[in-house]
Amino acid sequence: MSTIAMPVPDSDTLGRRDEIIDALEAAVPGAVISDPVETRAYECDALTAYRCPPLAVVLPCKTEEVAAAMKVCFDLGVRVVPRGAGTSLAGGSLPTADSIILGTARLTDVLEIDYDNRFIRVQTGVTNLSVTGAVEDDGFFYAPDPSSQLACAIAGNIAMNSGGAHCLKYGVTTNNLIGVKIVMTDGEIVEVGGPHLDASGLDILGIICGSEGQLGIVIEATLKILPKPEGARPVLIGYDDAEVAGQCVANIIKSGVLPVAIEYMDRPCIRVVENFAKAGYPDCEALLIVEVEGSEAEIADQLTIIKDIAAALNPVELREAQSADESAAIWKGRKSAFGAMGQINDYMCLDGTVPLSELPFTLKRIGELSKEHEMDVANVFHAGDGNMHPLILFDANQPGDLERAEAFGADILKLCVQVGGCLTGEHGVGIEKRDLMTDQYSAEDLEAQMRVKDVFDPQWLLNPAKVFPLQVSAARRG
Amino acid sequence: MDMPKTEAQLAALIKQAHADKTPLRIRGGGTRTDLGRPAQPADVLSTQGLSGITLYDPGALTMIAQAGTSMAEIETALAAENQMLAFEPIDYRGLLGSTGEPSIGGTVATNISGPRRMLVGACRDFVMGVRFVTGEGDIVKSGGRVMKNVTGLDLSKLQCGAYGGLGVLTEVSMKVMPKPQAAMTLVFEGFTVEQGLALLRKALGTPFELAGAAFLPGATSRTCLRIEGLKTQVDYRTKNLTALSSGLSKIVTGGEHDALWKSIRDVVPFHGSNKPVWRLSVKPSAAADIAAALETALGAEAFFDWGGGLIWLQTPDATAEIAQQIRAEIAPHGGYATLIRGSVQQRAALDVFQPQAPRLAKISQQLRDQFDPAGVLNPSLMAA
Ligand SMILES: Cc1cc2nc3c(=O)[nH]c(=O)nc-3n(C[C@H](O)[C@H](O)[C@H](O)COP(=O)(O)OP(=O)(O)OC[C@H]3O[C@@H](n4cnc5c(N)ncnc54)[C@H](O)[C@@H]3O)c2cc1C
Repeated sequence: MSTIAMPVPDSDTLGRRDEIIDALEAAVPGAVISDPVETRAYECDALTAYRCPPLAVVLPCKTEEVAAAMKVCFDLGVRVVPRGAGTSLAGGSLPTADSIILGTARLTDVLEIDYDNRFIRVQTGVTNLSVTGAVEDDGFFYAPDPSSQLACAIAGNIAMNSGGAHCLKYGVTTNNLIGVKIVMTDGEIVEVGGPHLDASGLDILGIICGSEGQLGIVIEATLKILPKPEGARPVLIGYDDAEVAGQCVANIIKSGVLPVAIEYMDRPCIRVVENFAKAGYPDCEALLIVEVEGSEAEIADQLTIIKDIAAALNPVELREAQSADESAAIWKGRKSAFGAMGQINDYMCLDGTVPLSELPFTLKRIGELSKEHEMDVANVFHAGDGNMHPLILFDANQPGDLERAEAFGADILKLCVQVGGCLTGEHGVGIEKRDLMTDQYSAEDLEAQMRVKDVFDPQWLLNPAKVFPLQVSAARRG
Repeated sequence: MDMPKTEAQLAALIKQAHADKTPLRIRGGGTRTDLGRPAQPADVLSTQGLSGITLYDPGALTMIAQAGTSMAEIETALAAENQMLAFEPIDYRGLLGSTGEPSIGGTVATNISGPRRMLVGACRDFVMGVRFVTGEGDIVKSGGRVMKNVTGLDLSKLQCGAYGGLGVLTEVSMKVMPKPQAAMTLVFEGFTVEQGLALLRKALGTPFELAGAAFLPGATSRTCLRIEGLKTQVDYRTKNLTALSSGLSKIVTGGEHDALWKSIRDVVPFHGSNKPVWRLSVKPSAAADIAAALETALGAEAFFDWGGGLIWLQTPDATAEIAQQIRAEIAPHGGYATLIRGSVQQRAALDVFQPQAPRLAKISQQLRDQFDPAGVLNPSLMAA
């Protein structure tokens, strides 16, 4: 069995199951799913090794219904796990047996599009990609672009402060979110921010973004939209030395050119991807894909600077896309990396961030750890901001393999913290990294974070057993 | 005045103040002491003993500095590597008539950003991590030195703009940016406010990444579009932006260009007077109407940054009633007004910060109570 512990469900709540479901049905008729066969669909997110059907699922269609459901749960002391699309890789939306799932799946309206002031207001059940979809015909887009963008909801993006390949230039969710409407645990609806910039008082928006469903149910979001760039083009750079590739990234970043993306793949990843996608990648130690945006002349100018930097470090390959097809080919491998890995193996995707200057050392050390743990690892990640995605390859059918992969993963994440980075750059803590938090934070650090939760959720009903180490939060969880 | 030399000393001082319930007035460079509600008598706690750049890694665009480090020291170090704080921190000395050297801690604690904010983000978007001491004297860190970090609740954001009320910052970790290779400003002269702001909004809807969008009224009004980037980018963008309007434009470069944006950033048009000055953050398309109404009702003068999203407003007087009038004008569109320059009497007589909706105000107060249970850190600076 896997190694991440979950608390024993509250027997009192389990005993009141019928009463709770009746109360919810009375408050939000037609929105409650309680048939155990149907609730099974909500038993896990994308961290599929961990599963647990919830007590019931509520899928409201209106703001008022979210408030009504929350009020019932608050009055009856029932725990609530907020859920967007369930694509969390960290077990962020994993239910507990004594909780209800409150899902945003039916809250999918686009409420307002304002090109003059460049924002869009949506209900948070909309998918990430559909936000861009709503404005792209008019020449705009929503910048944060997690690879899961076809499926994941804005609700989950806000909760996890999600990023994507383009956040080197445009920032992550928190940099593109200007307002939210949330339902508090007691059912009160609160609006924070809006079409204007920055908060007048405390930056409540800043603390809500990335709070992993610990503070309230986010039901509406005001998001910045940006005019689409005129064009974009990647260049492919290969090196036979990870350290040199790291140097190349630092030199590009320092040069004043602001690429939208700098992606990195190591040899194990390149080999798998090449086999799968036939993208024409060279067999080398480190591959960089650097993409810039602008008009033809602007792109040419930026790429000249980047190619000069790259060439000075003796690359084994330096290839600029000459056409849309060639651009697509360069990206094809990178975009299929996760799928290609999944074809040959089960894998666990980590998400630590390290300072750029520590990239080469971290990669070397991950290689050593791979030998120590006798497990393979492939690296594919957002190099421009040091956000690593080591993929640990294992066999889920092999007893003990998952546990070994988790142990290896924990060592890698601790390494990220040791070199000055953090446990998670964009996937969130969830249950996955919950008990590693003490490696990054002191007791005082965690106490300060928990005090914020105390304000928003005094009874600790929201998203139980996530983010805060079980031991550290024991007294508060009751 | 207490001026601890280390974080541990500072923590000990606060622990004592907490035990004794003695209020503290936290001071960085002292250039913003007159921001917020007037201070009650309190011991001054200076962060100037905590000074110096702890780490500067230009290749990773990272700088960590102790909170008392002067902005001058930081900007000098960055300039040597051709880098900058992209959010353009305001220097309030001219507007507030204060002296001293602004500190990085004070900059983060007030989260006030300049003209480039609408393109690149606010101060809070560049803070990667902080260390602070709570009102109970506990040393807490949040975030770190990497841009992508979603590990736990983002207390760094909460500290930005908290004016010290949730803790005394001891160290901040900032993302820095390369300076643009080239920059120039396209100035259209003689537009009305409506015309000027409409052009700015139109320009902001193009892919040309305006790094500044200001409207300065006057006998000959100026609509200013700042363009930055590589030399080729600036040329290309300038050409395209010029074509957006049939109006006459001229190009401002070099020293004149730098002075223009510094003057907008530091609110130079309202220097050299004691009249109250307000900072209004509004929905850009509502800016012209809001300003016009307040000019008529109050005899106010205004100029505009952030494509209209930021209105700097000077009023002949500041009373609770005037504050109410300004805020009522903004309310239908969303946004807020903060009194930035006002006499002690004026700042005591009205809400300097926009009053919040009841539940938000309650959350803010509860957060202060959690981080500073005895109310010793800049008590009642933000709210009564
Ligand atoms: C193949 C794949 C690729 C991915 N690529 C990326 C990537 O490139 N970048 C990236 O950042 N992430 C990536 N992810 C992770 C995941 O997609 C993101 O974390 C995403 O934002 C989750 O959104 P969701 O709607 O699926 O949220 P869920 O999984 O439903 O929930 C995520 C968290 O949000 C909370 N939550 C949900 N709704 C609400 C609400 N209304 N109010 C408050 N809290 C709420 C949940 O409780 C949970 O803690 C990837 C995942 C997969 C499976």
